[in-house]
Formats: sequence, C-alpha cells, structure tokens
Amino acid sequence: MTTTQPATAPARASGLAALRRLPVWRRLLTLLALPLILVVIWWVTSDRADSFFYPPLRDILATFGPTWFEGRLTADVVPSLGRLLAGYALAMVIGVGLGTAIGLSSRLRAFLEPVLEFFRAIPPPVMVPILMLFLGIGTGMKIFVIAAGAVWPILLNTVEGVRGVDEVLRDTARTYRLGRLTQLRTLVLRGATPQIVTGARQALSIAIILMVISEMFAAHNGLGFTIVQFQRSFAMPEMWTGIILLGLVGVVLSVLFRIIERPVLFWYHGQRQSHRGGN
Amino acid sequence: MLEVRGLRKVYRSASGDTEAIRDLTFDATAGEIVCIVGPSGAGKTTLLRCISGLLAPTSGTVTLEGHDVSGPPGGMAVVFQEYARSLFPWLTVAQNVELPLKEKGLKKSDRARLVQDSLEAVGLGDVPDSYPWQLSGGMQQRVAIARAAAYEPHILLMDEPFAAVDAQTRADLEDLVRDLWQRLGITLLFVTHDIDESIYLGQRVLVLSARPTVILEDVAVDLPDERDQLTTRNDPEFGRLRTHIYDLVQRAKQGYRPDEEAAESAV
Repeated sequence: MTTTQPATAPARASGLAALRRLPVWRRLLTLLALPLILVVIWWVTSDRADSFFYPPLRDILATFGPTWFEGRLTADVVPSLGRLLAGYALAMVIGVGLGTAIGLSSRLRAFLEPVLEFFRAIPPPVMVPILMLFLGIGTGMKIFVIAAGAVWPILLNTVEGVRGVDEVLRDTARTYRLGRLTQLRTLVLRGATPQIVTGARQALSIAIILMVISEMFAAHNGLGFTIVQFQRSFAMPEMWTGIILLGLVGVVLSVLFRIIERPVLFWYHGQRQSHRGGN
Repeated sequence: MLEVRGLRKVYRSASGDTEAIRDLTFDATAGEIVCIVGPSGAGKTTLLRCISGLLAPTSGTVTLEGHDVSGPPGGMAVVFQEYARSLFPWLTVAQNVELPLKEKGLKKSDRARLVQDSLEAVGLGDVPDSYPWQLSGGMQQRVAIARAAAYEPHILLMDEPFAAVDAQTRADLEDLVRDLWQRLGITLLFVTHDIDESIYLGQRVLVLSARPTVILEDVAVDLPDERDQLTTRNDPEFGRLRTHIYDLVQRAKQGYRPDEEAAESAV
C-alpha cells in the first residue's frame, strides 16, 4: 500500500512533464491515440458481429443521447454522484482524522492495529447485504458502504504519512516551540499530504466501484441500478451506454482529482525535481 | 547563562546499553562563543540535543538562564546540519522565517520587519518568495540562520551547520555567523568536527574525548575579536592552537582519557 507511493508519484509526474514539453497537437495525439484505436476496433468488430448481446457501436452511440439526456441525468446520474461524493467525503474526514491520531500515537496504533487489519480484510461489497438489514436500502446505507470501503487506503496512507514526517523538521518545530495546533497544521498534515493524496486517489476508484455495487443490490435510482434494469429488460444498447457513461464519469473524476492535486502538492513535485537536478 | 552539570546519557536498548556521554560539566557565559570539537562519534550531537531539551539526559542537569531545561526552552534557537530537512518545503523562505515569530505572537508589522532584516543580513533579501528547494545548499542554510536570527534568541546552538556545504560557501557562512554573533550579542554554542573552524569561530574550544564522552580540555582561544579568513588563519597563535587541538583529537581517537581509571576500564 505505502510502497505504491514513492513508485507512482514521481513516475506520473515525470510522465506528465515529458508530455508538457511536446507541442499541443502532439500532446493531444499522444493522449487520444489509444482511445481512438480502441473505439475503431470496437466499431469494426461490433458492426459485423450479429449478436444480440454485442450490438453495433453505431447503435449504442445513437441510443446514448435519448437514454441519458432525457431525464436520467438528473434522475439517476446526479443521485449517484451525490452519494459518491458524500461517501468519499466521509471517508476522507474519518480516514485523515483517525489516521492522524493513530500516526501520532504509538499506543493507539498498537491498540487498534488488530481490529483495523480485520476490517480491512473484509471486502466491502460483502457488507452490503448485512448493512441492508440494519440501515435499509436508502441513501444512508449506500453512503455508508462507499465510505466503509474507501476509508482504508486513506486511513493507512495517512498513518504512514504522519509517521514519516521528517525527524529534523519535527525537532525544528519543537525547538521553536510551535504549538500543538500549529504543529498539526503546518507540520504533520502538510508533511503527510503526499501519502494522503496517494490514499485518496486509490480511494476514489474504490468509491466509484462501491457506488455502482451498492446500487445494484437494492435501489430505485442511480447508475448501477439503471444498468442492471437495462440488462434485466434486455435493452442491450442502453446497457452498454450505461457502461460507457460510467467510464466517462471515472475519467472526469480523475481529471478533477489531478486539478486539485497540483496546487496541493506543488512543493512535493518541485522538491523531487530539484533533487533529480542535483541542486 | 548556560550551566551543564554532570551530564550523562546512556541509550538503553534490548541489545545492551550504550553510554554516549559519561560526565560533562561546563559553563558558557552570556555573549560567548563556545565551540565543541571531538572525534566522530564523540556524542557531540547527543550533547547538543540534551542542551536543547530535545533529549532527556540520563543524569545531570542543564540550566539555561537559571531555569532547568526539561524541554526546548524559550529564547533558544537551533540550526541543524541537515538544512534541507529543517526548512518547511511547503512554505516560502519568508514564511519559514516568519513561522516561529507568529507563534511568539508578534505583531504583523514587527514580523515583516524582522523577516526582511534577517534575510538581508544573510544576503537573501531578494528571494523571500522562493521555496527552499529552489535554492542551493548554502542558501538554504542561510535561510535557517536567518530564521534563527529573526527569532532573537539569547542562545543559539549550531550542530555542524556547515558540514554539508562546499569549502568556499563554508568560509562565507563562518564569517556570517561571527558577524551575526557580534551584532546580536547572543551566546553561541557551535558544534563541529572541523578543528580550524572551531578555532576561527570560538573564544573557547571544548575538546571532547571519544565515547563515552568527557571533556579532554577547555582551550581558550587568544585571538583578536576582529577575525578574517586570511590574517586570522595565518596568525602564529592560530597555528599553535591548531597543533594543540589536533594532537588532543588524535589522542582522543586512540582512546586517551584524562582520568586513569576510565582509561583502564576502556581498554
């Protein structure tokens, strides 16, 4: 979990940096080449396939607008995204809050570790049937499922991040007698941010998965619910549009994540770059 | 000003105890520069951490301005060797200098003046909005020194602050420290492994033995207060002191101790 952090962050940063050096049209080409190739392959293979379950992409795209833009966007997509955001926000608050407390106190860490490991090992989807019994099938249950699954990478990465705050920096804060609140804000939380962001990124994909799963079990609206309804009523092109829409939602959310991440972690990427430059 | 009495530090661990410091007793009077040299592994950093209140001694006391040190005391600033790790990378140069002043509760206008003055004093008046990692190593250590100076401490502790910068930067920074010390009238405790540096900067040089540490000798540096890199280092007295302290450090490396008893137990 924590080993992904040093490996992915700089690699991604340098990949983007390499991309940024290219002219605009080359950049777009690099980004869009593979999606275009995949769409073309899908188009060609589905056009000839004579399968009810694998309709031509042409038909799928034709049904996309009528399926989603005539009411379902507000009736299904917005509620889904609302639950996703609520669950994700809850996971962030609990994960960062509890993770900071655990990271700062070795006693608390020893006390909680076995229980945390136990709950972490349970795949959140299996909790859905049980939670339905206690919390019903309403919005509360779905938000809880999303938060319960997404909280783990945030929590564990926050613990590691808080524990990993530089010793010399800690000593500096102590010798200048920075207060507890100042230390928490300007030392601990800022210092742990690279790991917290890594956890938050992993949590985002988990949250999307759980958003869909929680709606597949029991719901009266939502993206997952709608896709299952289409499947059960053999509305194949519509079902495929739902899957495409889910993918697009994922892309948009990850772009948003990156836009928020850049100003938060500018110092981290800058520091890494200057180290590589041997400054 | 600063009194260290019978300081002893033993690191306890499952694999056995390590006695880092056996018995250190010395004073520093207000406004004095005391340099501490010793062979590597002589517990210099341990000593400084005990004095700064970051580390609790096993026995003995540290008293600063009449108060026993049990945690980092007020009126004290520390400059660490690892400059890159002692500056907050998410704060600008000016914000790094300002942070302790904010915590002290100084007014905004006073803070701005202190930040500006101290950055100018270290020759960094033109980069307040840069981030530490955009600066060279020597400049980063200047920021740490500016932060310490702006804090207006009564005593400044420096732990091998120039060990990781190149030789020319080092000479500049040594002059900068002498200059600040004269201007601010503070007490300065300067730990180094560099014998020349200790003589150039110090009014007194405490030579430490190898571990477990005791004081081998408290050497008075009888050089004029106005020092510069060329004349001071060519002064015959400088040469005599260097020979003397070099000899002491060499003997310390071979396990020489002033008390016969300790020498026997060490063998």
